Amino acid sequence: MKDEQLEILEFFRGRPPFDSLDETWLHKLATSVDVRYCRADTQISEFGDEAQWWYIVRSGAVEVYRRNGTLYNRLTEGGYFGEFGLLRNKRVRFPARAIEDTLLYMVPEPVFSEVFDNDETFADAVEIEDRTRLRHVVSRKEDANQLMSATVDTLVGREAVLLDVSATVREAAQRMTEEGVSSVLVMDEEAAPGDLALVAGIVTDRDLRTRLVAPGLSYDTPVTEIMSGDLVTVDHNQLVFEAMMLMLRHNVHHLPVMRHRRPLGVIALSDIIHYESRNSLFVVGSIFRQTDVDGLVGLLPDVHACFTRMVTEDANSRMIGSAMAAIGRSFKQRLLELAEEKLGPPPVPYCFLAMGSMARQEQLIVTDQDNALILDDRFDPAVHDAYFAELAAFVSDGLARCGYTYCSGGIMATNPRWRQPLAVWKRTFADWIDKPTPESLLNANIFFDLEGVWGKTEWVDALRRVIAQKAQASPRFLACMARNALLRTPPLGFFKDFVVEADGRHSRAINLKRRGTAPLADLVRVHALAVGSISVNSFERLRDVIDASILPLGRGQDLVDALEFISIVRIRNQAVSLAAGEEPDNSVEPDTLSEFERKSLRDAFLILSNAQKFMKYRYQPGRVN
Amino acid sequence: MFYLGKLDDKESRRTPRARRAPDWPARFAELADAAHDPRLRAYYAAGLPAGDTPLAEVPMVALDVETTGLDPVRDGIVSIGLVPMTLERIHASASRHWIVRPRVRLDETSVTLHGITDSQVEEAPDLQSILGEVLEAMVGRIVVVHCRDIERQFLDQALKPRIGEGIEFPTIDTMALEAELHPRRRPGFFARLFARTEQVSIRLAASRARYGLPRYGLHHALTDALATGELLQAQIAHRYAPDTRLDALWT
Repeated sequence: MKDEQLEILEFFRGRPPFDSLDETWLHKLATSVDVRYCRADTQISEFGDEAQWWYIVRSGAVEVYRRNGTLYNRLTEGGYFGEFGLLRNKRVRFPARAIEDTLLYMVPEPVFSEVFDNDETFADAVEIEDRTRLRHVVSRKEDANQLMSATVDTLVGREAVLLDVSATVREAAQRMTEEGVSSVLVMDEEAAPGDLALVAGIVTDRDLRTRLVAPGLSYDTPVTEIMSGDLVTVDHNQLVFEAMMLMLRHNVHHLPVMRHRRPLGVIALSDIIHYESRNSLFVVGSIFRQTDVDGLVGLLPDVHACFTRMVTEDANSRMIGSAMAAIGRSFKQRLLELAEEKLGPPPVPYCFLAMGSMARQEQLIVTDQDNALILDDRFDPAVHDAYFAELAAFVSDGLARCGYTYCSGGIMATNPRWRQPLAVWKRTFADWIDKPTPESLLNANIFFDLEGVWGKTEWVDALRRVIAQKAQASPRFLACMARNALLRTPPLGFFKDFVVEADGRHSRAINLKRRGTAPLADLVRVHALAVGSISVNSFERLRDVIDASILPLGRGQDLVDALEFISIVRIRNQAVSLAAGEEPDNSVEPDTLSEFERKSLRDAFLILSNAQKFMKYRYQPGRVN
Repeated sequence: MFYLGKLDDKESRRTPRARRAPDWPARFAELADAAHDPRLRAYYAAGLPAGDTPLAEVPMVALDVETTGLDPVRDGIVSIGLVPMTLERIHASASRHWIVRPRVRLDETSVTLHGITDSQVEEAPDLQSILGEVLEAMVGRIVVVHCRDIERQFLDQALKPRIGEGIEFPTIDTMALEAELHPRRRPGFFARLFARTEQVSIRLAASRARYGLPRYGLHHALTDALATGELLQAQIAHRYAPDTRLDALWT
């Protein structure tokens, strides 16, 4: 007969990782517990001892070490340790020491193993590999969000309604009425094989109103005159979320879904039921309707509301980052339109660039503007620069008023150094790669995440190719970038209301950008450059890196999960600040984090830390990769 | 267990323990000869560790009883909790708990403390029928209690009408160990005049808090026994050593 210690049972009940256990297992675990008091500085277990117990800290504090004596974790009430040894070779792997007077609950090995083997959720929660646990956390969230897992073809309700290029607008309107659809695709079956423009364009209800009726055109007008050409399409197996991002980015409400170059159907914005997408599209639409900078500034509350809504609706960091980048990009585009209205057409063609988080589509609420100008090679400073200086100032000042603060490092098109002809940019980038200096490395970190926002955006593709080809072939440059990417490291974890550093020191708060997402993005950039990837978004870069098989198996996915989790905590923290009417920032105080968030953040930090060690090893100067 | 101050500590705060304690193994040999009840006789006959045994080697058992009131003669036991332990480990997994039917009515204030109700005790056995199990759990072990008088006197008084003889056993009293650390002082004239001299509480919860032990919901015999066992481990870790002799602490 076993008599129950109620205090022990109640301590376990409802507390992770015990919260998943049913009553039978919970009682089995609780009645197996023995207790031990350790005065501060007592060694609890030594490396290589026989592992007999799984320990739970009831009160006090414990430090767990790696074999080499460095700190592995610092635990307080509810923390647990010893599972590594029990699950591996029954020898203590991480020695532990009480750092305060501590009361330990001890579960004997046979009971621990039995519960572990019989309850999968519990096993997941205490799983030996921290990275595995984070995978569960992130994938559970992905499952819950259909936008992230469903492919576009699931939204296609019916075949696309097709019309030949020779049709008139009247025929288009009649077909749409008969079929009860809001859009038709205009097909050019004569198009040469291999020509991508099999679908010549799309006509929507709105086109009939704005391009036919309003200007008073004849109903016999060829449909090609009112259709939208240069179609944005989506492939049938892309994710719903990607389709949503395409709509956002191009500010369109209909997307033809293609399979093997044939249209499968058309999805309309209304098919993507999530309110959040409409909300961010609404903001983008409003941006383009504003007629002056004051109007744009007035949209700031809408931008914040959109951000907050996406957070509360459980969008993931990629969706939020892309939506915020699309909004930022739209601000820039509208400002450039307004600038051209004011200053007249540009004297030579140009391309306005976005760099950093906006280019990576990882933008959040707190962000500064990194931008630059590529000018046509015919650019003559004496004749043309006054125009572009004024254009840059207009955009930069406008952005600052819209909440995108000036770049403190002066990386803005207002700086003459960052207004250069395409040929100069190519040379500059090549120089940075061939002859890295401390300054050029910092620049590379910013400029090598670049995106064309306005004008001759195709120039950007050329620049990206220069970067991808040259960097891949420059081990010295990669080694320097890798060394730079190691300058910012994650902390070890949390202890009580403090952040614990790897050397054991404490601090009150953590900057999740500086200590988390930024070093992760830096690390991903180095690997992406090494494999010749031309992607810019960190998740897409990781996909390229994983495909190139340069990381140990599974580590790429770990990095995806780590980036996602740290980003989402950072995002939520900003949403909370917005809701409280405070200025959002990247600093998080541990007492605002749940036990679950602390644990998962620690897992993510560990993944980053290990990935940094791997990077250091992989890009050693002189090492042949 | 509960004690509201009456039995508190006047005695234990002053008593130099070690000098008063008998040589327990010898005392048990005498008692084994004198005892009539076979269960009691077996308990005494099993013997005890010698007084010079280092604490690290002493088998112990934390004990707590809940009672209907404070008077060992008039009141009775309603529950008993036992947790075997050593200095290294408290075997909570081997905890034992009994609810027993006292021969007096349950007092309302005590019910609010220990939470054991009339209907529970009505279905419970008389101490007489479980005495063998209780004594078996105590065999060869030094009893650890917080406030020895309660456990000793109540068990002694409960046995007399049931088997016609009482019981004696050695204890380590965590309350007495605390009292030693915080002796009651006679406040001086000025102190009495100007200051409310704060007595340091030596009750279980307050004593535990001083060693950083967690707050437990007390007044359940098993919880109190565990709480007392943990307190002893803490006291020894801080103030004694694993090689301290048993007879330095037993009473």
